[in-house]
Amino acid sequence: MSPEMRAVFQIFGVGFVVALMNTILRHADKEEFAQWTTLAGVVAVLVVVVGYVDHLYQEITRVFLNTQ
Amino acid sequence: MHIMQLVGFGLSATILATVLRSYAPQFAMLVALLAGILLFTSVIQNISVVLDMLRGLSSSAHIDSGFFSTVLKIIGIAYIVEFAGQVARDAGEGALASKIELAGKISIVILAIPIVNDVVQSLMHLLPQ
Repeated sequence: MSPEMRAVFQIFGVGFVVALMNTILRHADKEEFAQWTTLAGVVAVLVVVVGYVDHLYQEITRVFLNTQ
Repeated sequence: MHIMQLVGFGLSATILATVLRSYAPQFAMLVALLAGILLFTSVIQNISVVLDMLRGLSSSAHIDSGFFSTVLKIIGIAYIVEFAGQVARDAGEGALASKIELAGKISIVILAIPIVNDVVQSLMHLLPQ
């Protein structure tokens, strides 16, 4: 299990848990809670993905501009 | 990274994204985006080997290093813009994707202006006054 693969599976796990929470909360007719959990999940995942985007950007500037 | 690893990684990320699409579409897009970023990062390291070879060739051919670094910048811009445009198009934002590509084209043209000037100057010297 390479680190990249682990990151992708973690994001998949978060998405799946949020989807489950949505259906559960919807059955308990707490619609607004469902929307809040989805938003929280997306924000958490975005924080992780932005970290990888920053790493990618540094790689590109290092390789193409070799300014580091 | 070995090519089979890359292909296996890409395929499994695609499967995960399609599974997620029916339950939580936002997360499907995020999984695809993250897989794209990770694949791109692992490929970029291999590209630096090619660029070093090209840099060696250009210095041995006494080409002005300014031109070569501009060409490298343009290639870098092209990579990033193409990546972002494809991600936007996957998410269904065709208009946004074309705006990203427009921005990339404009920044490439701006980078190319000094080179065009030099070419025109050298042409003018060739023409008899």
